[in-house]
Amino acid sequence: MLLTDDDKAMRDGRDGTAVAAAMDLLIRYGEGLGAERLCSVRNVAGTSTQPTPAKEKIAAEGGWNKAYAVINLDCDDDIEIPKMRVPTCQLQHGFSADALNITPYNPHLVELQAEAESFASDRGINILATCTPYQVGNLPVRGEHIAWMESSAVVYANSVIGAKSNCEGTASTGAAGLTGRIPYWGNHLDENRKGTHLVRSEVRVDSFMDWGLFGYFAGDLVQEERPVLTGDLALPSQADLKHLGAALATSGGVEIFHMPGITPEAPDVESAFCPRPVPEAVFYRETDRRAAYETLNNQGTSEDVDFILLGCPHASLEQVGQIAALLDGKRLNSGTELWVMTPRALRTVADRNGYSAIIERAGGLLLTDSCPAMSRTAPTGTRVFATDSAKQAHYLPAILGIEAWFGTLEDCIGAAVTGKWKGELK
Amino acid sequence: MRANVMKTDDGSGSAETEVRVLRGRGIVPGRVRGRALVSPETISGWGGIDPARGIIIERRHSLFGVSFAGKVLVFPGAKGSSGWSGFFQSTRLLGTAPLAMVFTTVTTKAVLGAVVTRVPTVSELDADPVEAIHTGDLVEVDGDTGTVTILERAPDQGEQSQRTD
Repeated sequence: MLLTDDDKAMRDGRDGTAVAAAMDLLIRYGEGLGAERLCSVRNVAGTSTQPTPAKEKIAAEGGWNKAYAVINLDCDDDIEIPKMRVPTCQLQHGFSADALNITPYNPHLVELQAEAESFASDRGINILATCTPYQVGNLPVRGEHIAWMESSAVVYANSVIGAKSNCEGTASTGAAGLTGRIPYWGNHLDENRKGTHLVRSEVRVDSFMDWGLFGYFAGDLVQEERPVLTGDLALPSQADLKHLGAALATSGGVEIFHMPGITPEAPDVESAFCPRPVPEAVFYRETDRRAAYETLNNQGTSEDVDFILLGCPHASLEQVGQIAALLDGKRLNSGTELWVMTPRALRTVADRNGYSAIIERAGGLLLTDSCPAMSRTAPTGTRVFATDSAKQAHYLPAILGIEAWFGTLEDCIGAAVTGKWKGELK
Repeated sequence: MRANVMKTDDGSGSAETEVRVLRGRGIVPGRVRGRALVSPETISGWGGIDPARGIIIERRHSLFGVSFAGKVLVFPGAKGSSGWSGFFQSTRLLGTAPLAMVFTTVTTKAVLGAVVTRVPTVSELDADPVEAIHTGDLVEVDGDTGTVTILERAPDQGEQSQRTD
């Protein structure tokens, strides 16, 4: 791999041992990819504060510098981690102190994470604590090279914003923050951003649930490739695009999609594939829609719902407002809990607007920082959960060993109030 | 999910099962020998494996509950969350890592995952490893030369190679 003089100086220790370790990791990673060179980034988003059993063990034995070295740089040496070289934020992690006593999350992990958070923020890492940094002020510019992780954020950044990121990981973002460099490979090259599959919906896609189903279908179809989505599509909202991307990156590994006329790199179908010809369309029909719905619901048998999870990816202010409107004046079923996940910054606004109070009055919780899948935590005794998120419905049964139902926001609020799942595909 | 089957037919009519050496590109250096675990489907890291036990936990996966610890993990590619590399790194730190990795599709998740798992890894092979290698085969993975050598077939290989037709 071609290195600039600056890359070589970093590798050789000009900027200290941590930057040298970061460059070493980027070189091993870039060569593994077959990248020709590295490129500069000034926007890095990675996970650096989530407590894990492995990280806890390393931090206990060698402190947080050691934990960052091993986990975030893949380096076993005893090195001091300096301030980040370029603007860097962390993403979602475990629950924080605001979830203590109201969720069964382990208080020890809250303490551990608080230590990691102090360590990170001292090194200039902004604590956004959300899977949706683009909802709380981290909006890259179109065409900008960035180094993000969190698959739902990466697909959003590439497709909706038009920034250029691969689906990075903990170690590559750890190294990118310290060097401002990332392998110039994959989605950083314009020719790798063009569509590979034309997917045409024959059914009307115009609800949050339907955007999730369409994404779950298309992700399974194209796997790691790049779908161009057309057909009978309504103008999606920001929340719809967020749900669509998360679903595409769940059933498959989609990092970029195009929606001609809507997303920035595809003014029309031809330019989404140019210079390659437009391929024959694969159709998304009512039978496919039903199959996606049934797959997401094949982990549920009991209609007695203990737990409702909303806000995956983290809810926008508008979504929190919708949930509050549906819950206003209602009371949750006594055996059912409702958690709504949102970024801390939006929680502050929701408090100010009275949404939090309405949700809490109904018996629900507006929570931040995390989600049941990240924190591996649900209300005590949960056997059956329901959600409006294709991503959470897909993952949570494996992570927590519980049953899942997937449906509309209204289905979920109905189950929260009655304790019974009555969702069906209409 | 469907991978292209690249026949390595030499004209004698004995394709596929005759493959002994697959040539590709080394992703992580090092050479090891062990039994293969072949996943016909892509693998999720976060939400797909349990690093403490070294097993696949995705309920919809055909290898649900199967351990990859100490095996040569052969799979089409990495899917799902960007936590992939972090979860496989945890298998190294918790002692449940696969012995080596061989995968069909190069992605950032799979490559970074292999780098931080620090196990010999090969990809971009001249035959699809998921088709050419069967679970239980004894293979040598050489990340220095970018080759995977099938040293000994698993006893039930006949059935498996018929199924791939």
